[in-house]
Amino acid sequence: MKYVDAFRDPAASRAVVSELASLAGKLRESGIRPAIMEVCGTHTMAIARNGIRDVLPPEVSLISGPGCPVCVTEPGYIDAAILAATRATVFTFGDMLNVPGSEDSLATARAAGADVHPCYSPSAALDFARANPARETVFLAIGFETTIAPVAALAAAAENGLPNFSMLTALKLVPPALAALVSDPAVHIDAFLCPAHVSAIIGSDAYAPFAGPGGRPCVIAGFEPLDILYGIRCILAQLADGQAFVENEYARVVKPEGNVKAQNLISRYMEPYDAAWRGIGVIPASGLRLRKQYGAMDAESRFGIRVEPGTPPTGCRCGDVLKGILNPPGCPLFDGRCTPENPVGPCMVSSEGACAAWHSYRRIAPAGKDA
Amino acid sequence: MALVQAHCARREGRLKEHGQILLAHGGGGRMSRSLIEAEIAPRFGKGPLKGFPDAASLPDPDGPLVFTTDSFVVQPLEFPGGDIGKLAVHGTVNDICVCGGKPLWLSVGLILEEGLNISLLRRILDSLAAAADECGVTVVTGDTKVVARGQCDGLYINTSGIGRALPGFSLGPEMIRPGDAVLASGPLGDHGMAVLCAREAVLSGTGPMSDTGPVHRLVAAAADMAGAVRFMRDPTRGGVAAVVNEAVHGTPCGVALDEQNIPVSPATRSAAELLGLDILHVASEGRILLFCAPEACDPILTAWKAIPEGRNACRMGTVTADAGSVLLNTLAGGRRLVDMPQGELLPRIC
Amino acid sequence: MAQRIGVSAEGHGKMCLAVPMELTDVRTGGRGTARADGIVRDVDISLIDDPRTGEFVIVHAGFAIERLDRAEAEARIALFEDMARRVSTPEFAS
Ligand code: SF4
Repeated sequence: MKYVDAFRDPAASRAVVSELASLAGKLRESGIRPAIMEVCGTHTMAIARNGIRDVLPPEVSLISGPGCPVCVTEPGYIDAAILAATRATVFTFGDMLNVPGSEDSLATARAAGADVHPCYSPSAALDFARANPARETVFLAIGFETTIAPVAALAAAAENGLPNFSMLTALKLVPPALAALVSDPAVHIDAFLCPAHVSAIIGSDAYAPFAGPGGRPCVIAGFEPLDILYGIRCILAQLADGQAFVENEYARVVKPEGNVKAQNLISRYMEPYDAAWRGIGVIPASGLRLRKQYGAMDAESRFGIRVEPGTPPTGCRCGDVLKGILNPPGCPLFDGRCTPENPVGPCMVSSEGACAAWHSYRRIAPAGKDA
Repeated sequence: MALVQAHCARREGRLKEHGQILLAHGGGGRMSRSLIEAEIAPRFGKGPLKGFPDAASLPDPDGPLVFTTDSFVVQPLEFPGGDIGKLAVHGTVNDICVCGGKPLWLSVGLILEEGLNISLLRRILDSLAAAADECGVTVVTGDTKVVARGQCDGLYINTSGIGRALPGFSLGPEMIRPGDAVLASGPLGDHGMAVLCAREAVLSGTGPMSDTGPVHRLVAAAADMAGAVRFMRDPTRGGVAAVVNEAVHGTPCGVALDEQNIPVSPATRSAAELLGLDILHVASEGRILLFCAPEACDPILTAWKAIPEGRNACRMGTVTADAGSVLLNTLAGGRRLVDMPQGELLPRIC
Repeated sequence: MAQRIGVSAEGHGKMCLAVPMELTDVRTGGRGTARADGIVRDVDISLIDDPRTGEFVIVHAGFAIERLDRAEAEARIALFEDMARRVSTPEFAS
């Protein structure tokens, strides 16, 4: 595929890996063992799927961040979605189906008769609503800025003439989550590998508050293996030089100001609020919801449903995993009571979840045994 | 003249009424009989099915038999590169072939939904008959049931097949040894992606084409090296990941696959990228994964490449002594585990 | 027949996944057509300012979320090709 294959070239990978090794050697001399957080769940998945950890110098550790939308969605949201599915046809990204709510998941609710349909594109929900004017249709709008932009476009398309369409939103913003992380004394992160497509919307300037003197290197990288390796290389180079600036290594897509048209559309339909993150808690102004005047498109007000926090599963350490305090194998339930077939927490459900990624694509130690 | 017109009107009326399947077509009465006579007999009513006995009498095949069954519920019924009729033949025939059998006889059970369009049914039956001919199997017995609207999704098919075990093959996962080669007979995942794209109405254009097809010629081509072939499977549901994991499960062997050598057609790869699917988890319906002794690798590849369905065959991995572990050497130069697919990755693709 | 609606693969719909596709058609109402290696699909282009046929866009969940800057992409590819050449040419490997 054009503009994909070139970023997977094995020889170029070897070249970047050898630069990584010499940079790590320099850092070793200064006693630095860098802990890098990959903020975005798609990076988590790409790192696992491409075996990136396997080629990193041993002193470099990658920590998964809070950027897996399914993982940070409160169990109470699932409960509300199940309730909505008793009154409407519900469309959702497939990742959501098996996320445990307080009692049920959407998959178990569907088996019991709830009207739930996984879709690739939210447009499927619009098309259905258009074709079935008598049927209430709800799209489960969860995600970060990458998804928020399409959701705003959806709102624009539905605003006029689709009275049977609404959305149950749990939309979250990356920068406030980073702000919460860096102010948490329990969190130790030396640098951020910043998301590719979230950044396409918000722009590279959005990371300025986290870099600079006293801050951390913030390097934006694409999702292809070479992009990721090169992004890590740039982080190590900054750390070796004692620098901390925003570096855009995905300039083929990300602009300093981001996608302004998308931003304008988002702020036309949505407003910030203090959102609750599963396992992390409430973060100020970290979520977006539909503005009051679009209440008819808001499934909560439309059906009188309220998204409560819900009951998180006992023993699940997803919160610590999402903050990078704990690696998944450190959770006592990991691979025992909690597996992708039988997930206890959301991090084991989504393929972007840190626990699922660790489970499915475990790092291979030199002896061929799991690390 | 009036008589002729009246007759034509009646015939038209009958055609109209028969434009779709009615519950009465499954009632066992005159309508059932006319459906069988009109649609089944002309296509399959030769050989043992002639006269529609209640059971097929088959000649003694003289030697060990291979027997298998499979049900087909794919949606949509017709997809780029194939349809449920073809698939119902290939699915069962291929299961016989990869067990080292030569397929001989097939049974076909049809479950039709009230309201099914008859011309669609005709197309599917034509395709089923043509596929059976191509594979050299005879449909020797069958059954047709009709269920009320809403109780099945158009049409389901069950096929069972009997084949004769070919001499020379001695296959099984327990035959696999470290150092063995792992071959693929062609690009992987085309069927799963074609069906999925057909279902995602938004994906159109040339798109992936299902690879549904028979593998009997591939097995015959490998038969010269039969003694060196350890194990064969068609990577259907669960894809390569499921087959390879199952093959080495509980054995002292593992497998290392090379991402660089995994054959994938461009459209299938684009679709998988777009939908975020791992190609190793996506089904093929006309391919073989073959484990063989290293010295048999080149002769089998040469033999395969000489026939159209093996044109893009390649070696994509090697058996290791790392018990039960299936690894992928990635393009990035790392390694990662190839896990079994979880859950219903692609429901109703076969 | 039983009613069927955009039922798709479960477990897919990865949230931030997106791929580069080339716009082959730009229509009114924020709709367009995009292609990539044998795949053609309708995309929503309402998030792109002044989209043009022949441009590459990043498609996420059926929406083009940003355009791809081909000059930047080519420059990055050249950088990687250069690095690859250096590792495979022994005299330049330090
Ligand atoms: S392993 Fe399971 S229970 Fe433990 S943190 Fe991960 S998802 Fe939660």
